[in-house]
Formats: sequence, C-alpha cells, structure tokens
Amino acid sequence: MAADLAAAALKSAVVLVLLLATFAYMTLLERRLLGKFQIRVGPNRVGPFGLLQPLADGVKLIFKENFVPTHVDRVIYWVAPAISMVTALFVYAVIPFGEITVFGRQVPLYVASVNVGILLILGASSVGVYGIILGGWSADNKYSLLGSLRSSAQLISYELALGLAVVAVVISAGSLNLVEIVRAQSKTWFVATQPLGFLIFLIAAVAETNRSPFDLPEAEQELIAGYQTEYGGFKFAMFYFAEYIGVVTMSALITTLFFGGWTGPVLPPLLWFALKLFAFIFVFIWLRATLPRVRHDQLMAFGWKVLVPLGLVNIVVTSLLVVR
Amino acid sequence: MSRAGTYLRQVLAMARGMSVTFRYLFRRPITIQYPDQKTRVEARFKGRHWLTLYEDGMDRCIGCELCVIVCPSQAIYVKAGENTPEHQVSKGERHAELFQINELRCIFCGFCEEACPTGAIVLGRDYELAGYSREEMIYTKPMLTEPYPGASGRDPTREI
Repeated sequence: MAADLAAAALKSAVVLVLLLATFAYMTLLERRLLGKFQIRVGPNRVGPFGLLQPLADGVKLIFKENFVPTHVDRVIYWVAPAISMVTALFVYAVIPFGEITVFGRQVPLYVASVNVGILLILGASSVGVYGIILGGWSADNKYSLLGSLRSSAQLISYELALGLAVVAVVISAGSLNLVEIVRAQSKTWFVATQPLGFLIFLIAAVAETNRSPFDLPEAEQELIAGYQTEYGGFKFAMFYFAEYIGVVTMSALITTLFFGGWTGPVLPPLLWFALKLFAFIFVFIWLRATLPRVRHDQLMAFGWKVLVPLGLVNIVVTSLLVVR
Repeated sequence: MSRAGTYLRQVLAMARGMSVTFRYLFRRPITIQYPDQKTRVEARFKGRHWLTLYEDGMDRCIGCELCVIVCPSQAIYVKAGENTPEHQVSKGERHAELFQINELRCIFCGFCEEACPTGAIVLGRDYELAGYSREEMIYTKPMLTEPYPGASGRDPTREI
C-alpha cells in the first residue's frame, strides 16, 4: 500500500513538472507559430529563439502587484483560479502517455488506470467550468459576468456534443478505460471507423477549451478579457494555465480516442504520443490563426442544431454496426 | 442555391482559408528587427535638421530669420550677429550667433528648408531623435551645424 502510494506520488510529481514545462513552452510555441502565420517573427529577444521568454513571463507575473478590486467577493475571487488550475491538472491522472517494457512486461505509463477513465476526464473538465463562472461572477464587473455567462452556455452546449462523440468511441472500444480504448485501436485507428465522431469531437474540443473561433467568453473586442478582466499576476497565470493545459488535454484525448494513443511503428511509444499530441496542438493554433470568431447565436445554433443531432445519429449507426 | 449547397460552400471556404494560412507559415517574415536592422529611408525623407556649410567651411546661414517666421510650430530661435572682417562667419553681412531648434516642437513640415534663401537649413535622414530631458532636445548651433562641408549628405557646392 505504502509502495503504491509512493509510486503514485512519484508519477504525479513527474507529470506535474512535465505539465508545467509544457504550459510554459506552449505559450512560447503559440506566440512563435502565430507570428509565423502572420509573417512576423514573434518573441525572439529573450534568450536564443526566445526560449527564455516563458521564464521571463513567469517571473514578471509572480512579482506583479496583488491587486484585488474593492467590491470583489474575496473567497470566491481567490478560489476560482485554483479550481480552474486543479481540475485542468487532475485529468492527467488517467491519461496514458505510453508503454515501457520492464522485465519483459508491457507496462502502460499512467498515474492511475481507472476503469471509467473517460468519464472522470469529462467530469473534471465540467468542474473546471466552475472556475470560469465563479471567477467572472465574483469579480463584480459586467464584462466578467457576461464572459462567464457566455462561457457557461457554451460549455454546457458543447459538453453534450463532446460526450456524444466519446460515447460512439466507447461503444466501438467496449470500454471506458483509456488504456483499453488504446488497445482496441491496435488494428485500425478509430479516426478511420469514426470520422464523423472525430470531427464532432474536434469542433467540440475547440469550443470546450474556449479557443478561437469559439473564444466568446474572452472576446476582447466586446468583453475586454471576459472572466479574466479583474485578474492579474499569478491568479491570471492560473487561468491561462488552465486554458493551455486544456488544449493539451484535448489534444491528448483526440490522440488517445481516435489516433491510437501511444501506438505506432519503429519509434518508442512515448515519442509517438508526443508527436501526435504536438500535431493536434498545432491544429489548435492553426485554427486560431485562420478562423474569425463566430457570433453567439451561431455558436448556439451550431451546437444544438448540428453537432448534437449528428452525434446522436453517429451513436445510433455505431451501435447498429457493433451489435450486428 | 440549396441549403446543403450553401453549407458545403462554407466548409470548402474554411478549408481554403486554412490552406492560405498554412502557406503563409512558410513565408519569410516581413519584420524589420529594428534596433538590429534599420529601414531604408526614402530620398525626400524629412528628419533631423542640419545647418549646412559652403565648401570653404563658411556658414550658409545669414541670420535672416525667415525660417523663424515661417515655422508653424515656432520651434526655431535665431539671434543674428554682425559679421566683421576679423570674424567673418558667413558670406553676407550677418550670421546666426545663436541658432536653436526645439526638436520636440518641430513637426518636420520642411517649411524652414523651403523658406531659407541660402539653403542653409536642411532636413536630414536621421529619425532616431530621443532624449532624457526637454532641455537636451533643444538642439543648439554646434549640434545643428554639419561637422564638415557635405556631412549632411547635401552637395556643399550647390547654389541653394
């Protein structure tokens, strides 16, 4: 028991450090790539190729004045960014990163193999919405409140579509365990058998992470910065952490559910996972560089009138094919 | 056009947009990395002022104060002094004893250059005008006069 706990703690520590580094360098990657998309250079002054930029940003954010507006609901104001960050980190307990061979045995790399892993991830990401809603509500600012209202509407609508796409995958794999889902793709990746599910999941994932073209909760032209308007310093960084780690989570889920997780020829499993992960992070940034923001009514109409019915049809068809 | 056709067209338009941005990813950045690289200045660019000299090193400025009169932002101050045989500074009767331009007030319209009867004051190509105080942005005659004839880039043998 104690050994198990120690192993879990060690794994968690490694994952935590990896995620913090991923977050830091994802901000740099996004800024550099957006620069390239817009035929500019991007941040390149701090260190070679700007590699020390995340460090400089982090130091700056930590040493910022800890400003709290007057009419803020203090407890909630402080707790909201923590909720966002903790739930964003929590899902990594169940995502399998790869597989290593120890003493001739194949050992998947994850912190915990939960038999309802995918449900846990969806649940945790739903709890993460509370961070945004409470953060916007507690700040006592109309922009924050509007941002968090939009966010709640958007996340509830697209969570459904996301869930429906996942259900189809779960039916095909016959398991809610992410390791089993990866194993079920040893012959063909689910992107081949579930192309519609993949598309629905991709669109819903972009909406779930509040990324452009669905970045209505923080539409700066209308809402300054939405729910983050009254946040500064490290609390702001925590919201950003949640957002960027959310992108990594969704990329990891797409990889796991549709692109065979860590499996692949020649290269080691961990590298395959990282490659696929990076490819989808790139897609997220590419989308942001290309598509303009949708209107709120378009967002709602698309979610409820297109994605949800398509998701339901997808489930019915999948079930029929599996049962037959 | 039917509804489905419209949707299809919109999806294709999105795909085309994605392909456009993807091609832009491989373009060379158009950024000029300013402190390291400087942009090319056009031939008739109006930048920092110079008081030019004749070929023999004499001041072109004759202290007529036409530039002071024409200056719309009143950025120029000139105090004229008499030329004497022992102290011949310019080719006329008078020369500028003091000549100051407030580079913070100046709007770089170039009227002074047009008004000048001897072509003494010209607008140069240097655009990096900055200082730590208001006082140091008032350029005085020693700062404005070109260090040697032709240093400002204008031909010192020209008429005007």
